[in-house]
Amino acid sequence: MTALLVNDTTHRVEVSPEMPLLWVLRDVLGMTGTKFGCGMALCGACTIHLDGQPVRSCVMPVAAAVGKKITTIEAIGATPAGRKIQQAWAALDVPQCGYCQSGQIMSASALLAATPNPSDADIDGAMSGNLCRCGTYPRIRAAIKRAAQEA
Amino acid sequence: MPTTSRRDFLKLTAAAAAGGGLMLALNLRASVFTSDDLASGATFAPNAFLRVDRTGNVTFIVPYVEMGQGTYTSIPMLIAEELEVDVDRVVIEHAPPNEKLYINPLFGLQATGGSTAIRASWEPMRQAGATARTMLVAAAAKEWMVASDTCHAENGSVVHIASGRRLGYGALADAAATLPVPTKVALKAPDDFKLIGTPHKRLDTPGKLDGSTKFGIDARLPGMKYAVVAISPTFGGRLVSVDEAQVKAVSGVTQVIRMEDAVAVIGIHTFAAKQGLAASNPVWAAGPNRHLSTADIAAQLAAAASQPGVVVRHDGDAAATIAKAASTFEAVYEQPFLAHAAMEPMNCTVHVTKTGCDVWVGTQVAARAQDIVAKVTGLAPAQVRVHNQLLGGGFGRRLEVDGIERAARIATQVDGPVSVLWTREEDIQHDMYRPYYYDRLNAGLDARGKPTGWVHRFAGSSVLARFAPVAVQNGVDPDAIEGVAPPPYELDDIHVEWLAHEPPGIPTAFWRGVGSTRGTFVVESFIDELAQRAKQDPLAFRLDLLPKNSRAAAVLQLAADRSGWERALPAGRGRGIALCTGFGSFIAQVVEVTVTEGEVKVTRVVCATDCGMIVNPDTVRAQMEGGIVFGLSAALFGEITLKDGRVEQSNFHDYRVLRINESPAIEVHLVRSSEAPGGIGEPGCSCVMPALTNAVFAATGKRVRKLPVANQLASA
Repeated sequence: MTALLVNDTTHRVEVSPEMPLLWVLRDVLGMTGTKFGCGMALCGACTIHLDGQPVRSCVMPVAAAVGKKITTIEAIGATPAGRKIQQAWAALDVPQCGYCQSGQIMSASALLAATPNPSDADIDGAMSGNLCRCGTYPRIRAAIKRAAQEA
Repeated sequence: MPTTSRRDFLKLTAAAAAGGGLMLALNLRASVFTSDDLASGATFAPNAFLRVDRTGNVTFIVPYVEMGQGTYTSIPMLIAEELEVDVDRVVIEHAPPNEKLYINPLFGLQATGGSTAIRASWEPMRQAGATARTMLVAAAAKEWMVASDTCHAENGSVVHIASGRRLGYGALADAAATLPVPTKVALKAPDDFKLIGTPHKRLDTPGKLDGSTKFGIDARLPGMKYAVVAISPTFGGRLVSVDEAQVKAVSGVTQVIRMEDAVAVIGIHTFAAKQGLAASNPVWAAGPNRHLSTADIAAQLAAAASQPGVVVRHDGDAAATIAKAASTFEAVYEQPFLAHAAMEPMNCTVHVTKTGCDVWVGTQVAARAQDIVAKVTGLAPAQVRVHNQLLGGGFGRRLEVDGIERAARIATQVDGPVSVLWTREEDIQHDMYRPYYYDRLNAGLDARGKPTGWVHRFAGSSVLARFAPVAVQNGVDPDAIEGVAPPPYELDDIHVEWLAHEPPGIPTAFWRGVGSTRGTFVVESFIDELAQRAKQDPLAFRLDLLPKNSRAAAVLQLAADRSGWERALPAGRGRGIALCTGFGSFIAQVVEVTVTEGEVKVTRVVCATDCGMIVNPDTVRAQMEGGIVFGLSAALFGEITLKDGRVEQSNFHDYRVLRINESPAIEVHLVRSSEAPGGIGEPGCSCVMPALTNAVFAATGKRVRKLPVANQLASA
């Protein structure tokens, strides 16, 4: 049995240690807010926080998450930065299809928590691993800046 | 049942709704692409339903899906405008599959695509709202025993002006259902619109911020198993063998399914299935396409483009005009195969039982999904229940049912529900691709460099001939010739001829912008080249070929003005302009680039949009922004190539798409218009590709005639 602390709740799962955290979340725990996009850490759709740091759960073995605090999109609104990011996303109607937005919001929340007033270069650095095919990038950039101003 | 007049595109009938309230049934009449027999059913067959229930809530059942384009906000706005209710009280339900009922008037089948949703729904949905409002007002007037014209509707209630009496829609709905349906209702004049034309927050945003929105991939059912597939890497190949013992040795694997052209591994979770597939060591018979390469297909198309094809436009005598022209110019353009690469990879969850089948999938074509599953399972269509989910991107990929068919085949062999997921590699290597197109243009020019004769021959797939053959009349595929027959410019002597040529092996399909993305690239590149040869400003050259005061000329001028077109840029930077007319809309864009050692950085895109009457301006802006980013990805990097009959790209490292650090600043300027609404999902994408290559030319002097840009500059 592997004990995982996900969104402040401990879950015990029986999985092999190399199983990516993404599939544990989605298929074992039924938490489908975290998305599968590429399986190679190329698109960012599966971004979660491990002790507050953004990581790509599609390549993160579950063993590496043991003993750490896992935060997913379902609970990011409970963090101050996550809440601000969600509010800014809503104010600017960022999502289109919405599929990549869990990962975008997780990356943006981590950025805002670490860098309360991010520059364009900070945004590029933190967000360039998150792909969006609908083309919401201009609004993502604007929403991060808006969230920073709410601080 | 009343019979329909073929002139009516909207018929309404009223009934008491199950559970009480007023139900209006609408018939959105088929028109453009359909043959008459599709459209003129002798009896009234409703295909959309508006319900006002006893609480005053409004439900509208529509055949369109939400895939990010904002339709599930724009349609409630249309209804609420005339019905005089709050937009938030209008709930959209996706129609269950029924091809006969839910025909898209612009397609002749149940589909969401081609930038048609608002174009097809603009009139009928407002009429439905107005009809319901008129009946609710009449019901109140009857109750109060006053004349209807002394009452009016506001904010979900009917008010008697003189006495101040007021009844909510919920209280009136039952009575309204017993009244005759008015045959004629007046629609608001645009000046009286309160909602239409005013930005409205998207109704689907909240669930997309906290992970609660469910896409097809998120279907989770008790006892569900997870499948992944490997399809023959070579198009047309066959599965010879698979190492079942190795697969079954993987913990969590429950089953291996051999298909003629694929292997599927089923497990208790996706990881088990993936591990099993990795151990399966499939052996393939590569089949007839084993030596096929992109170069072969390009050569076939080049040959086809010089063969006689279908004449799709012939005005005047272009050949003679060119023969006697002061000078001539010829150019060849090539556009590659493209994958859709929607962020949500292909997937479909199916549960087959003896008595029926349930399907959870995000599809642009629910009725086709139902049909194919019925065919695979041997069930009657009515026994197949398609639960349509939100789409994690469509872009045309989810107009196809190949993935649904495969999932159904797998599910017939699995006990209980099974979620079939394609890895990103399968998604890219077994897409149905935007077709490769080869275009050759010749122009005869007068002494000033103005085109007098125009001959355009081109070859490529006819997607429509496969997808909706009824729409191809006399061999003319209206999609394939979009934007080129004729182009938006005034040309008295023009000859356009195209040859449908299907490439071997590789399947082709619609892709965002459909035919317009290809046609616009070719025409706007060629016009730009002619302007350069004439030593004229590309804007002035275009305006000279457009009718004065036309919508096309106006958007070009607007985009140029807002971009600072007249201001010179330093060396290494350039500005390009392009025009796209199509889908009932007029778009012009100016792209600015900086080119450093063959690396193109798009710094700014200015977009002027005249899409007629605008329902939700913020949605139009979002669609322009999105179309521009999608088009830039393709034009800069997008290319699917074949080697030995296989797709060479496999994931986002080699099928590159734009990232936020590469995404330009985008300004969208909207033209106020009282014209009928045009489509907005696609033209933004079509316009940006030639605007980009024209900007690259301005910056570098290098003309990109073969996309993507990155390859051409790298080899320069």
